[in-house]
Amino acid sequence: MSATPTLQLSLGPVLFYWTREHYANFYREAADWPVEVVHLGESVCSRRRDMKLDDWLGIGRELTQSGKQVVLSSQTLIESEADLRDLRKLCDNGEFLVEANDQSALQRLSAAGQPFVAGAALNLYNPATLAVLSRAGMQRWQAPVEMSRDDLARLLEDCREQGIEAPCEVFAYGHLPLAWSSRCFTARRYQKPKDRCQFVCQKHPEGLALRSQESQQVFTLNGIQTLSGACQDLRHEVPDMAGMGVGVARLSPRPEGMAEVVTAFDAARRGELPTPDPLSLVDAEICDGYWHGRPGMDHSRAASLG
Amino acid sequence: MELVCPAGNLPALKRAVDEGADAVYFGFQNTTNARQFAGLNFTDKRAREGIDYAHARGKRVFCAINTYPQPDGWAMWTRAVDQAADLGVDALIMADMGLLDYAARRHPNLARHLSVQGSATSFEALRFYHEQFGIARAVLPRVLSITQVRDLAKQSPVELEVFAFGSLCIMAEGRCYLSSYLTGESPNTRGVCSPAAHVRWEETPEGLESRLNGVLIDRYGEGENAGYPTLCKGRFEVGGETYHAIEEPTSLNTLELLPELQELGIAAVKIEGRQRSPAYVSKVAGIWRQALDRLERAPGRFQPEPAWMTGLGEVSEGSTTTLGAYERRWK
Repeated sequence: MSATPTLQLSLGPVLFYWTREHYANFYREAADWPVEVVHLGESVCSRRRDMKLDDWLGIGRELTQSGKQVVLSSQTLIESEADLRDLRKLCDNGEFLVEANDQSALQRLSAAGQPFVAGAALNLYNPATLAVLSRAGMQRWQAPVEMSRDDLARLLEDCREQGIEAPCEVFAYGHLPLAWSSRCFTARRYQKPKDRCQFVCQKHPEGLALRSQESQQVFTLNGIQTLSGACQDLRHEVPDMAGMGVGVARLSPRPEGMAEVVTAFDAARRGELPTPDPLSLVDAEICDGYWHGRPGMDHSRAASLG
Repeated sequence: MELVCPAGNLPALKRAVDEGADAVYFGFQNTTNARQFAGLNFTDKRAREGIDYAHARGKRVFCAINTYPQPDGWAMWTRAVDQAADLGVDALIMADMGLLDYAARRHPNLARHLSVQGSATSFEALRFYHEQFGIARAVLPRVLSITQVRDLAKQSPVELEVFAFGSLCIMAEGRCYLSSYLTGESPNTRGVCSPAAHVRWEETPEGLESRLNGVLIDRYGEGENAGYPTLCKGRFEVGGETYHAIEEPTSLNTLELLPELQELGIAAVKIEGRQRSPAYVSKVAGIWRQALDRLERAPGRFQPEPAWMTGLGEVSEGSTTTLGAYERRWK
């Protein structure tokens, strides 16, 4: 039986550095996918300049035409005056809602009286913090990536009691964003200084695997950002998420196979996901440990299979 | 510039004060602070004793309550704030926006410092914390170059404290979840990074191996010095090369930047290391006291003494030091 989904699906911003053509093709396809919200913009590194704000606005307008809600994601680690100038332009775009990924963006948006989406790196762990941001104009918020299902359920319960109504978003699919540094680890691999990195991260549309000396993929290097080695996949938790009152499940773009991922999550929220077949999951290592209150890299289904 | 020193326990606090710290910082014995180690930190009674000791000698005491209150633990964090206020500390060091808000309302006259865990790297971010919670000071993350610190200092609405010496976090503090990805426990949630309970050492035919929750962090050949397996300082394989892919085991040492930091109007320099021994605190505080006194007397002619650099090198991770992100080419 197909029910009207109460859980929305969103596409996170592309965390990797793709070519203009790659972004254009990706969003042309995404226009037809069953996602309600699309986050656009460069949220990782200010040196990635293939796409200007106007390019993102252009893509945003097309996606709006296709019925998507478009949100511009701000850069997570702001370091320089130039970063702040770009941030101001983003916040003052006059057209789309902005996802604040650090307190600089929070300041710009709240001081201007603009509503905003609160990103996961803002560290929203408790109702008191969410109340502060509610007063500042928060429209939606993303739970910290390391928060467990049980902690989130408690937090959502407390939010309801305190009248905090903004919907919560969960990072449901993709390599988890885990850290940001001023150092570029991709440039370091190529023995290039960051200021003359020659944009080597564009050679790695899904980042660079960092493996232990036993060949276990531990992390994924993506310029100044470090992502999880495994790909988080919470598709089987979607009905539970909806039941808890999570409003949006975020799917983080990967260069290949995103249409299938979106289709699977869309089926999951309609209660039509086929019985799990671990062998048919995508090729990357899968993890879901955070959700189950364990180390993020753990995989509950792998464990249960022995 | 104020010299702010770590106090993991009462002996360390006393040694820091004796050696010339202008202020010391401590935490309670639970997950409300970012150095939650077994046997470390202060009971109420010990804290009272330490505060009396410092205040009697004209020194200030800050209390770090700088982890993020978890959904099931709000009362533990507010209790820590109230307890610190009752003890008469001179400032609270906090990161969580909800807790800052609580402290600002409940104890408006108690100074609030933004912890490095609050991840404020621009004057706009500082303005947010200042306008919302009335912070008096902010500790800057160790990700900014000296030029970026200069730009920020010009427009900061609050006084600034920077890290001067100690273990080097190279990720923007407060926004690093690597530890919980491997172990389930992180600085934000539990006040720990790469926690000791998950560490295993093993002699193998390939060498001495260090593991964190089963993940191989490093493997040491004969004659190599083994370091604590902090997950970002291991040797990993990337694109066919095995190396310190994120960072070498090294400590931050900004002694040579002191004249510049003073010129920028930095209010305080911070020594990392509440988890270190009283002997470490004593040695580092003593060297930095001498350096700051020398700077005071002859600001234009300041040169770090080789003996100071050697002394600090001896207590550094991997016995080496770096200027870290302060120096552009490190990035």
